[in-house]
Amino acid sequence: MKTTMAGALNAALRDEMEADPTVLVLGEDVGPLGGVFRVTDGLTARFGEDRCFDTPLAESGIMGLAIGMAMNGMRPVVEMQFDAFAYAAFEQVVSHLAKMGNRTRGRVRLPVVVRVPYGGGIGGVEHHCDSSEAYYAHTPGLTVVAPATNEDAYGLLRQAIRYPDPVVFLEPKRQYFTKEEVDVAAEVPPIGRAVVRREGTDVTLIAYGPAVQVALAAAEQGAAEGRSIGVVDLRSIVPFDDATVCAAVRATGRAVVVAEASGFASVASEVAARVTEQCFHHLAAPVRRVTGFDIPYPPPRLERHHLPSVDRVLDTVDELQWGLS
Amino acid sequence: MSVDVAVEAVRLLDADGVAVQDDRYPPLPLPDLVARYRAMVLGRRLDDQAGALVRQGRLAVYPSSHGQEACQVAAALALRPGDWLFPTYRDSVAVATRGVDPVEVLAWLRGDWHSCYDPVVHHVAPQATPLATQLLHAVGVAHAARLKGEDTVALALCGDGATSEGDFHEALNFAAVLRAPVVVLVQNNKYAISVPLSRQCVAPSLASKGVGYGMPGVLVDGNDVVALSAVLGRAVADAAAGGGPVLVEADTYRVHAHTNADDPSRYRSQDEVHEWEARDPISRVRTYLRAEGALDDDAERALAAEAEALAAAVRAGLAEAPAVPPDELFEHVYATPTPQLLAQRDLLRAELAAEGADR
Repeated sequence: MKTTMAGALNAALRDEMEADPTVLVLGEDVGPLGGVFRVTDGLTARFGEDRCFDTPLAESGIMGLAIGMAMNGMRPVVEMQFDAFAYAAFEQVVSHLAKMGNRTRGRVRLPVVVRVPYGGGIGGVEHHCDSSEAYYAHTPGLTVVAPATNEDAYGLLRQAIRYPDPVVFLEPKRQYFTKEEVDVAAEVPPIGRAVVRREGTDVTLIAYGPAVQVALAAAEQGAAEGRSIGVVDLRSIVPFDDATVCAAVRATGRAVVVAEASGFASVASEVAARVTEQCFHHLAAPVRRVTGFDIPYPPPRLERHHLPSVDRVLDTVDELQWGLS
Repeated sequence: MSVDVAVEAVRLLDADGVAVQDDRYPPLPLPDLVARYRAMVLGRRLDDQAGALVRQGRLAVYPSSHGQEACQVAAALALRPGDWLFPTYRDSVAVATRGVDPVEVLAWLRGDWHSCYDPVVHHVAPQATPLATQLLHAVGVAHAARLKGEDTVALALCGDGATSEGDFHEALNFAAVLRAPVVVLVQNNKYAISVPLSRQCVAPSLASKGVGYGMPGVLVDGNDVVALSAVLGRAVADAAAGGGPVLVEADTYRVHAHTNADDPSRYRSQDEVHEWEARDPISRVRTYLRAEGALDDDAERALAAEAEALAAAVRAGLAEAPAVPPDELFEHVYATPTPQLLAQRDLLRAELAAEGADR
């Protein structure tokens, strides 16, 4: 079927709720409204108010409630309305959601999915465009997933709901209303597996979430300019697929990490460090990062300067010591 | 229960152990009160023993609930087997009274692991350290139970300091809006480490906060186990019957320091402590039970022996620290360890093997 990413996510929620009566959806405006991005559209009408319900407007409360419900046999899917609004739930996420399995020696697992519309590129006002993945990826106990295609949005969300551990599910909100073909019967690779989205022999771009489309566009334009550029889509940040990433980098000898979040102490930095540690003798150039600047997310009229662009990616590729290899 | 501003504490025994009539809250039958007296005596012995183990260096720290035994015991014994208890770090006596082996309760303070009993078997959540966070989990457990058609009640404990936290507010509001079967017992022991109640809150009482959430808030003499048992029993029954959440404030006192690392002389007077010691919750109900003929010398001797046996078992159980396998550091972080965690486990294994080879 041809659908938007919001539609694919909605179908995943519906299909999992259909398959498992313990799956519940809760959050702000997820009920009759269907969520501010309409990802939960129609779920309350179809499954009733016990299965998809609006909570009081308090993110820590939503997170803590979901933790308790998971302790008592439910599989809650929480919607955090926007990336930056989820910060109010940070203590519940870090001190309880992430740690419960460990602190109880595996006796209490929390199968909670925290859906976070994240990232910019939509001309959003402040507090609506953050890339918050580093906070979650840095927290042991959390699984962090970031789909880049509508088919992955569908398949990975279904996997996340069935996952035994808490999953922070980062949805690239600028792609919510992009239509793509989705085969709901397709088995997408499991959480923890990266995929090569485009083969290339000169350089490997490593990206996740909204940066994957930027990387693919750069590869396309690079091909026109005579460069063979490969693209690896991480799909999940935690667990991290070292094997797929490093195999791709070893084959080209050059790597550029592309991510929208600020670069300092970021997921992109972690990827660059891992690739350097594991592929050093195969590298013909330093691993580079193309990321957002180390600034608070810019106002809408300036955001295009902040976001990694095709040109910035290709300029960085051009700087990879081509003459020396 | 009604939604009123609670400023007068429910009391069924006065400070001298004499019964006070209150038609709203009939006292439990005498045998049930004897059971609570027994649990309080055992609880204080456990508390004293844990403090001694800290001084001997066997436990890293112990937050005492000395003086709060009526709250600890009434809360644990108000629950039915399927109900859930959500304790804090200061509620070891409540956890033990609920039936968890005291050695398992205290083993986290020996440093074995972060929580050492099975929350699922006992329906007792791990003791929460971040204040008020566990109240939301109680609401979630209770709401899930309601969706499943079960009449489970979750009783969550917190202190007066925790009422300043945002999660306290969010939990009470969520519980009220969802009509979740939750009972929140605030043990107002007057200090959050060193900070007195007057620096936390200027409301008429902590129980009066229930009005703001549209739920009953009941203020109880927290050193009167008869009143606490009656109020909590009714709160649990009402919640189980679909009446929604109840907030209970117990007016009590933390007789000991916050922990062994604390120095209460810097923030409160000995006179104040002595005043509260005179309102001791155990001697109060003991006086009453003896006057009623429900407790005699033989029963007290048997109970004292039971308390000593408990202390001896705790000493024996904590005397040895069984090895915790370092592999376990990586085992529970995820249901299935990531490849990276397995590599880190192997690194540690190799280091330990090399250490062993060096010896």
